[in-house]
Formats: sequence, C-alpha cells, structure tokens
Amino acid sequence: MIFRSILFEDVGGVGDPQEPPEVLHDLGLDAIIDAIAASRRDDDLTPLFRSRPTREATVVYRQAIMRDLDTPAIAETIASFCDALGTARRRLTLSTQAYYPLSGRRWLLDAMDTYCEAVRRLRQGLHDTTPRSSGLRALSNYVNDYCASDPFTTLASDVRDLCQSLSAIQVGLVLHDGSVTVRGYEGEPDYSAVVADFFAKFRQRAGGGRRTNPRPSSGMTHVEAGILHRVARLHPTVFAVLEDFAARHANAFDETLVTFEREVQFYLAYREYIAPLRAAGLPFCYPTVSTTSKHESSRQGFDLALARQLVGRHVPVVGNDYHLDGPERLIVVTGPNQGGKTTFARTVGQLHYLASLGCPVPGEEARLLLCDRIFTHFERAEDVETASGKLRDDLVRIRAVLDAATPASLIILNETFASTTVRDALVASRRIMTRLSELDALTVSVTFLDELANFDAKTVSMVALMDADDPDRRTFHVERRPADGVSYALAVARRHGLTYDQLKERLPR
Amino acid sequence: MKAHLMFPDRDFDADAELPSHAAILIEDLELETIVAAMAGDDEVIRRVTTAALMAGPRNDADVIRYRQAAMADALGHADLMTELYNTAVRALDSRRRQWWGAASRYASSVLHGAVELLRLCLDPLSEIARLARANAGEVESEAFRTLFAMLASELSPEYLAGIVAHLDALRFRSGVPVSVGLGPGNELTDFVLRQQQTPEGPAWQRLFTRQRPSYTLRLDSRDEAGARALGELRDRGVSLVADALADSAEHVLSFFTMLRTELAFYVGGVALHRALTNVGVPTCVPAPALPGTGRRSFTGLRDPVLALHLQHDPVANDCHADGRGLIVITGANQGGKSTFLRSVGVAQLLMQCGLFVTAETFTADLCSGVFTHYKRAEDASLVSGKFDEELSRMADVTRSIQPHALLLLNESFAATSAREGSEIARQVTQALVEAQVRVIFVTHLYDFAHTVFERSPDDVLFLRAERRADRQRTFKVVQGEPLQTSFGADVYDEVFSNMDAPAPAGAVRP
Repeated sequence: MIFRSILFEDVGGVGDPQEPPEVLHDLGLDAIIDAIAASRRDDDLTPLFRSRPTREATVVYRQAIMRDLDTPAIAETIASFCDALGTARRRLTLSTQAYYPLSGRRWLLDAMDTYCEAVRRLRQGLHDTTPRSSGLRALSNYVNDYCASDPFTTLASDVRDLCQSLSAIQVGLVLHDGSVTVRGYEGEPDYSAVVADFFAKFRQRAGGGRRTNPRPSSGMTHVEAGILHRVARLHPTVFAVLEDFAARHANAFDETLVTFEREVQFYLAYREYIAPLRAAGLPFCYPTVSTTSKHESSRQGFDLALARQLVGRHVPVVGNDYHLDGPERLIVVTGPNQGGKTTFARTVGQLHYLASLGCPVPGEEARLLLCDRIFTHFERAEDVETASGKLRDDLVRIRAVLDAATPASLIILNETFASTTVRDALVASRRIMTRLSELDALTVSVTFLDELANFDAKTVSMVALMDADDPDRRTFHVERRPADGVSYALAVARRHGLTYDQLKERLPR
Repeated sequence: MKAHLMFPDRDFDADAELPSHAAILIEDLELETIVAAMAGDDEVIRRVTTAALMAGPRNDADVIRYRQAAMADALGHADLMTELYNTAVRALDSRRRQWWGAASRYASSVLHGAVELLRLCLDPLSEIARLARANAGEVESEAFRTLFAMLASELSPEYLAGIVAHLDALRFRSGVPVSVGLGPGNELTDFVLRQQQTPEGPAWQRLFTRQRPSYTLRLDSRDEAGARALGELRDRGVSLVADALADSAEHVLSFFTMLRTELAFYVGGVALHRALTNVGVPTCVPAPALPGTGRRSFTGLRDPVLALHLQHDPVANDCHADGRGLIVITGANQGGKSTFLRSVGVAQLLMQCGLFVTAETFTADLCSGVFTHYKRAEDASLVSGKFDEELSRMADVTRSIQPHALLLLNESFAATSAREGSEIARQVTQALVEAQVRVIFVTHLYDFAHTVFERSPDDVLFLRAERRADRQRTFKVVQGEPLQTSFGADVYDEVFSNMDAPAPAGAVRP
C-alpha cells in the first residue's frame, strides 16, 4: 500500500462541503475549532476542521487512525516525532539566518542530527507499537523503505561522525577585561566544586542550588564568534569536515514526512482538546456512520464546547440520549427556559459535524447520518425590531434553508418565531413542519409551542426536565416524553404557594 | 558541623509544629511567664524554649539527663554562654549589613555579595574557635565537651587562613579561567570555572603554563557591545562558583543559626535560674522515672509562675502520690488549689525538657503529654452553649491524649447542674484512668468526689486546700477527704469585711 496522506484514504478532500461561519457559531463549533487551532502556533489547522468529508470511507480511514492513537505508545511515538521535526525545522531556519558561517553550518548539522534521530525513532516506534489502521501501517512501510535508502543512510552516517568530533572539543578560555585568551584545556580541576567542598562542613541541611541565571544565549555575539574562530584554528580538521558537510546536505528533509507531520496535527490537536474531558471521566465514542440510514441514536451525548468550560470549573456535565426509528425524522424539544433545550440542539449538530470529520464524538455510543449539509436557524440579536418585520425575516431565512436542504441534510431550528404572537408562530410553524416532513430531512426544532410536539408520525417529542424536589435546580436532562407543559409549571406554582391545596389552606374561609 | 547540645545525636528543631493543644496548655499554665523570664525580648530564645517545653514529653530519660548535665555547665559558665550566643547573633547580623543580591540573577553581583558576607563572618568564626579552645578543659558535660572539641579542630587557624585565600582568589585578578565546549549552533556551552594556576603549584600546573598554542582576542577599547558580551561570558564563567559560594555563605549562616538555636535553651535556662534565685526560690535537678512507674513525689514544690509574679518565694507543698492514677483536690475557693495544680503541671514540663524544677526534691515518671482542661470564663462570642463548648474541648483532649499522659482538670464539667456534671465527671475520669492517663482534678463537684471517695480505690489520692481552725486559709494543699461545704462564703466575707487587705494571689488568676 502506498502512503499518500494521513487525512485521506485516496487523493480526496477536494470539494468537501464547508458550513458557513454562522452555522459553526450557532452550534458552538467555532469556539472548538478556534481553541484547537490556537493550540498550534506553526500551522493553521482551521482548514482541516472546516472542510467536512461526507464519504464513509474517509471517516472510517480517520477513525481507525484515531483509534490507533488511543494506544498511548502510538500517540507518544507520533507526538515525539512531531516535536523533534519541529525542533529540526527551527534549527534549519537558524542555519540560513545565522550571521556567522561557522555557526550556520553547525545549525545545519544540528538540524540534520535532530531530523535523523526523529526519523529513526519514528521507524522504531511504528515497528514496536504495531498500529492497525491502514494509514499508519502504510506510513510505517514508507518510513522503513526511506530509512534503508541511500540518501538517508549517507546523511545519517555523516551526521554521526561529525557530531562526535565536535562534541569532543573542549577548550580553555581566560577572560580578562577587554581580551580573551583561547587555548587547549588540560584537565585543571573544577574550582566551583573545590570551593563548595571547602565550605561543606558548615552545611546544616540539604538545599541551595542555582540562584544565578546567566542570560540564555540570544544569538552569537561578535566576541563569541571571535572565540569560535580561534577554536577553529585550534581544531582545523574538524572544521574542514563541517564545511564540506554543509555543502553536501543543504536541505535533506523528506517532503512526504514533512507533510505527514503537518497533517497529523489534525488528530493530535483534537485529542489534546478532548483530553481534559476524558480525564474528567466523560465518555467519547467512534460513531457508526452512514450516508443513507436515518435511524439515528446517541447515548449520553453532550455539548463539547460547554463541557470544556464546565470541566474547567469542576461543574458536572449532563449527557442526553436520543434515537430516531422507523419514520421518525423530527425532534421537537420543549420545556422550561434555561433547561438545556438549546444545548441539546447544539449537541445534535456537533455530533454530526464531528462524526463526519472522523473524530471521536461525545457520548457512550452513536449511530449517525453523514449528512450532506447542516443548516441552522438561531435567533439573531441584530435583526429587525418590529414583530411583523421579525416574522418576515425569520420566514425569509427558513425559506432559504428549505430551498437548499436535501433529504440527506440536518436542520437545527432554535426558538424560531420566538418574538411573534403564539397564533402567528403556530400557523407559520405548522406550515414549515409540513414542508420539513415532506422533505424527510433530519430536524431538531426547539420551541415554546407544545402543540408542535405531536405534529405527525415523523415527530418525536423531547422535554427538558425540572427537578421535582427543587424547581430552582435545572437538571439539563432532556428526555423523550410527551410535552404536557404541566409538570414544571406546577412545581413553580408550589414554590410560590399557589397550588389549589395551598390556597385552600392559606386563604381565609 | 553540628552542636548537638539538645540531643546527643541530632539537631533541635525550633520550628517543629507545636502539639495541637499547645496554645491551651500555655494559656492554662501561664507558661508565658516562664518563657518571658527565660527569653526577655529575644525572639529566638522565646521560640526555642517554647518549642522545648512543648516537645519535652517526647524526650526519654537519657536526653533529659544529657540536658541536665549541659545545663549544669551553663549555670557554671554563665558568661561564656552569653559570649558564645552573642557571637552567633553578631554573625547573623552581617546578613543585614551585606545585601548580597540573593535575588539577583547576575552571577558577578551574587559572587561579590557572597564574598563580602563571608568576609564579615570571618571574625565571628575566629572568636567562636578561640572561645572553644580556651574553655575545652573547663566544661564537664558531654554536650559542651564534644562541641568545643569539634569547633577547635574544624575551625583551626589553617582552615580560617584557607577561607581568606579562597576569598582572595575569587577576585580573579589575572582573569577568569574557564573551560567550554561547543553546543548547538557552535555556541559556547558547558562553562566550568577552573582552578587558577599558581607558579608554585603541582607539576601539571607548571606543565600547563608551558608552551601550548593560544590565540588572544583583543577588543577595541571603544567596543561597548563587545565589552558587554565579554561581561556576559564572565558571568557565565563565574555562575557556578557564585552559586557555590552563595550556598557556602548560606551554610555558614545556617551554622550560626543552628549554634544560636542550640545555645538558646541554655542561655534561657541561665536567665530563669537567675530570676528565681533572685526572689529566693530554691531549685533542684529532678529525677525522671520511667513512664508507667506511677511515681509522683515531691517536697517543697513552689509554683514558679506565682513566684515570678509576686517576686517572692510562695507557699511550698509536699505530696506523695506514687501509684495514684487519680488525684482529686477539693476545698476552699482561693485556697491554693489552682496554684498547686499549675505547679505540678509546670514542674512536669520543666523536668521533661531538661530544666531544673522549683522544689527541694522532685521525682515523677515521664508522661507522654501534659494536657489541661480548665473552666473557661464566659465567652460572649461563643455561639454554642457553654456546656457544649466545654465538652467539645474535652472531646479535643480525648482525641489527642495517649496512655501515660498527665491531664490537669480545673473545675471541669461545672457549666451544668452539679448532679449531671458529677455523672459526666465520673464517667470521663474513670475511662481516662483506665486508659492509663494520670488525672489531677480540682473540683467542686462533691457528688463526684464523694462517690469516688466512698469506693475509695487505692489508686486515688484526695487532697484538700488547707483550712485552719480559725478559718484562715494557708494556701497549702494537704491530704484530706472531700468536705461537703464550700468556702465561697469565706471569700465573700473576706472581701467584704476586710477590704484593706491585699487580695492573696491577686496578680494571677486563682
């Protein structure tokens, strides 16, 4: 098998859909992608997370690699390679920027040394950890072949010999005011140790250590360069070999491995993003995906962006279940404000988005449609102010969604028509529900209209629950059940002493 | 170099955490008075003596005898103690005079500061060495003989001259000699300061002053950037030695800190002895008995706290309570019961930390801890009830108490009815005594006292505040069964009928 890319099983990736920024914002995905991109300084990972493959083969290819990386030894192998290659690249940059040639040539050698070691460790690591994914196995074969190739073995042996010679050099300096004498070092004792030893008898307990912190080198000064020149005169042979090395190995990095290092950040960065959540005990799973089946389910799914915040503040994260069977396509979510309805709708959107990227998704298990497009309609703060203008604006936007959506799309509607009268909202909503039902697209609709909850056979009612004992406490549980609109209203009334029994008791007879 | 004046084999830790009940113990026994007499306004002596008093119950009889012997030397050479102690204090003061840039990351300023600090320590070091040599034959205790011998040999004239030589060499008048290697980018790395070559040095040094190829880089005198770069290289060169010397200076100061700490206890003991002798209070070296032997006998025991307050020799008591797990003390208010209780507690603590006690003779077994539970004055800030608070403190005590501890109860369980208080007192004391805790209980709970007396077990001793036939109190505590009547009326009468007379023991809480 030929290794091409760690992101695609073939040359693909061209023409994958990209959801517009509003959709990512509505679903809270923009925050996730920004945070992931911010974790990498050198490369912008945003494009890798913005285009969403909708082919089962690509998702399966990526999931297998993600699963391999769940093995710590494999993840460690890949991460070390990336770290080392990053160091090698920085040193290569230094070699071209160095002002003093004696320094630049050494940076090149150091870059190649780091590179060779990185490649060797990657080869050994992939061999020892036996990945199962076709992607990493193809990479392993590729690295094996590369390590045995002539250019690499020549480079590696040149690097080794020269590094040994240079690291053996030790010279003596005598630093005066205004001058430095450079000469051979002949084994004079370490005076710091002599001094420490002389005063050791006063020592009462362990302690001490570094307090001075000499300025870390910020490039070579002309004084240092002058000293280096004199060191080269003391060791002319070694420095001649160094010059020859620089002429022969200007840039020897392998292009395929460099591309791999960049692309594999997609996996590493996502895994780093969810690591604190996994550490907090939250479940993630590899969803079963299909481009055709609309029989969906998710167990204990949660809003990834919200969970990141909650885990940081040590607040428990609530997961929710849902499933769609037979003809069911439309989830209508009702319940009290601040009860977790919008969070649930976002969660469904995120699950689909992340699943088609090939990422592990929140929850214990999931079966999801690889939808062709994701549409959202969330209330916009900056919209028109009059009620009729608002209704019109909402309808215009929904019309656009319905025109573009296909039966394979996912549509998330959040509190559509919230600023309109109940009558208007009911009329408009029913008509839209009819169209959605005809379209047969997957839909989540968050609404205050309980009447929509049993619209037709394709409709599933889900309700955000309240805690019976303490109506002030929000549970964020959203459950599949009829929308009676009563359980929470009663609870709130009881808290205010307004139930029938309470009033009978309290009011004068 | 260790002084080991407090323990034959280890340092004294003046910063060890005090036992959880220490604050209550200090307050109830008014130990501040003792500590103040020992320390004056010296914070270190205050800290050390407080720690020594509180940690005393952890000492075995050998440690106590080790300190008793050293204390005898200290009392016999009071001036020497002061000189040694003051020399250590002077050395420690040099840190204040020499700011040495411990916070600086510049090696040269750290090095300079450390050199100056060590220079300031030279004189105190010589002085300590001189005192040790002069008095090595004068002292008799193992502690001081070992210390003086060690100081005399470690701080020999040759060693002190060696310090001067190193401090001189560290001025680097003929340049800073270092060895370096080549790191990434061929930048200079692994700076190691090398010992300066001296013409009269060993063979390899002369060899290395001979011909070896060398190249010298000279900077233009106007090259300021170059001078700065060279300065940085020097800093890297002296960085390790600066750290080493700064550590060394810290070590020397820590040596003086240690010496001061170990001496503080004896300087404090000398001061306390002087304060007590001045007011005519006799002292003796107590005889510690092994834990669990149940010894507690003394003659002429005074309360040193009362003595220091009154500035005269107070009432002395005798008591033979060997084998008694419980001592119940009853009798008139302001009859000397509390003073007696305190004198027993304080003497126990003084003995266990190795000090003398204010008695003619004193022996007691070593206890695992001294605990107190005293009636508290009403505290308005308390939310919980007074009895609740009292029992909560008792619960604290029972959580930390161990077998062979000494528990001093002063009118405990008085914040409820006498009957209830008695019942609780009976249950608590019985449980404690059976748990090998030695209890001394000053009480007005006559139900309790009588119940115990009627059963009259062999291991209970009953004491009573003495009252003569003319109803005059002597403030002595003598053996005697509990009487039903309290003497509160007496006190009332005394206070109201004879208002000119000074209130006995009025300066301290009765």
